[in-house]
Amino acid sequence: MTWPEFWIVVLRVILTFGLLLVATLINVWAERKILADMQNRIGPKRAGPWGILQTVADGLKLFFKEAVTPRKVELGMYLLAPFLAVVPAFLIFMMVPWGKPFTIAGNEVTLQGADLNIGLLFILAMSSLAVYSVVLAGWASGSKYPLLGGVRATAQAISYEAAMGLAMVAVVMFTATQGDGGTLSLAEIVERQAGTWGDIIPALEPVLQFIPRWNVFPQIVAFIIFFIAIVAETNRAPFDLVEAEQEIVGFHTEYSGMRFAMFFLAEYVNIFSMCAIAASLFLGGWNGPTFEGAVPAIVSGILPTVWFLAKTYFLIFLFFWIRATLPRLRYDQLMQLGWKRLIPGALAWLVLSAFVISFRQFGAPWSQ
Amino acid sequence: MGLIKELIKGLRVTGGTMVRTIAGDELVTTEYPHEMRVKPQRFHGRHVLNRYPDGMEKCIGCQLCAGACPAQCIYVRGMDNDPESPTSPGERFGYVYEINMLRCIFCGLCVEACPTEAITMTSLFEISTTTREDAIYTKETLLMDRRGNVPHMFPDDELADLDELDTADGWLRATAPSGVAAYEGVQMWQGTPGPADWSPEPSQEERDRRAGDGEEDG
Repeated sequence: MTWPEFWIVVLRVILTFGLLLVATLINVWAERKILADMQNRIGPKRAGPWGILQTVADGLKLFFKEAVTPRKVELGMYLLAPFLAVVPAFLIFMMVPWGKPFTIAGNEVTLQGADLNIGLLFILAMSSLAVYSVVLAGWASGSKYPLLGGVRATAQAISYEAAMGLAMVAVVMFTATQGDGGTLSLAEIVERQAGTWGDIIPALEPVLQFIPRWNVFPQIVAFIIFFIAIVAETNRAPFDLVEAEQEIVGFHTEYSGMRFAMFFLAEYVNIFSMCAIAASLFLGGWNGPTFEGAVPAIVSGILPTVWFLAKTYFLIFLFFWIRATLPRLRYDQLMQLGWKRLIPGALAWLVLSAFVISFRQFGAPWSQ
Repeated sequence: MGLIKELIKGLRVTGGTMVRTIAGDELVTTEYPHEMRVKPQRFHGRHVLNRYPDGMEKCIGCQLCAGACPAQCIYVRGMDNDPESPTSPGERFGYVYEINMLRCIFCGLCVEACPTEAITMTSLFEISTTTREDAIYTKETLLMDRRGNVPHMFPDDELADLDELDTADGWLRATAPSGVAAYEGVQMWQGTPGPADWSPEPSQEERDRRAGDGEEDG
């Protein structure tokens, strides 16, 4: 590795990290502002213009607050759990390509933390790892309500992770037909969604050539299942039984100050990462018109990032909209939706799309 | 399918509200310290001891308010008026008058019990204190001055809205005799506490004459 290559790696990691932090700060503010609008209120407006620095103010407050350590905690695990929540949340986003690769002085810069060829597996692994933080926080608190909350959260996360993974498998299977062999790299999956659906059915080309080649169109069911699963996975309403501050106490009851803030941070980082992954898997990631040649090079270089952020924020807005609308599910309803609807649905969709894909590739079985 | 229909119905409600809020629909909240809500006429705020237009105290130290108080937060001790310079028009006046605001439930029974309308309620509600002693309002805090100004705990504070003192107590307004048809056009109360700016009350004959006219007209 030469020096320029090294600095490019440093630069892209810092850029990705910075983007994630800024997006998270804006997310918390945007959620409060959007919820306020939906409830005919004002929302935060004191700190900074339109209250945009409210998150910073809250963060500073939590940072300077005393972190109380209750007497009965298992100290090691108790201190470790918040970090276990934050670290996977940040690592997940490192897999997401958030802009078009470009070249500086002969070196290619991919706007992505790291381009692993097992990107999707890594994402699944990290989101499973985050479950440990919940169960450890609940158990190490040495208090019965956090323990119950932790168990509940674990059950929920495991149930919905299955549906999430199955929806991903359908996309991976479909992506394999879109280019040269299968891939788990998120950058590759995004690149294969460039262009339009023009050539898929020759008869309908005049119409289809205006429809972008996003996976969401052939994989709409997988997208819906994936979206519901990530809402549950990030513990958002109506699946926020993990915290459920109003009626059933959550796993981070015994945490305060910065330790609590880290769980909070992890939740919002996860929302952004998961929506970014959904946008990359189904909505074409940074793909979109760049008007190359018509506008200055810098604009067409930034536009892919703008498209990526627009798609991600559209999904995040859906999160907030759903939160403002739906009441919290009961626990048995949550489990029923997960195991009796989403997982069978995802399996059926997987089999169906496998059938269609093989039909298109090898022809009808009776024709051979 | 029914579930999806309901989901879309719900999303329309919240989405519609958002669009209307951004478009400038009236908000349900106000920016409180900077923007005061208009309080209802009969708002039960902190008490005030009134004076007659000539500056005399209305309180006669009868302790009926203390007797009516369900929270037993009023303490009154009366004293005989000095015949040379009386404090109140009656025989006695309220020498000690204390209300423990921490106990008060703002029910307004003291106002109803008062025979001279000496104690009424204002629409001031920012009465938090930092010590328990400060929460016991004495006559010094309760009694309006001769110009009709009510002593306010934090007159310089951002939260203090002294304009609210210009709003008449709803109870006074509701029980003022100007509600009677015979008194049409005769002002019997005014919007602000303090010395009145209306002409003296008409004599009994005048009042009988008015009442008679009213009956004939009716």
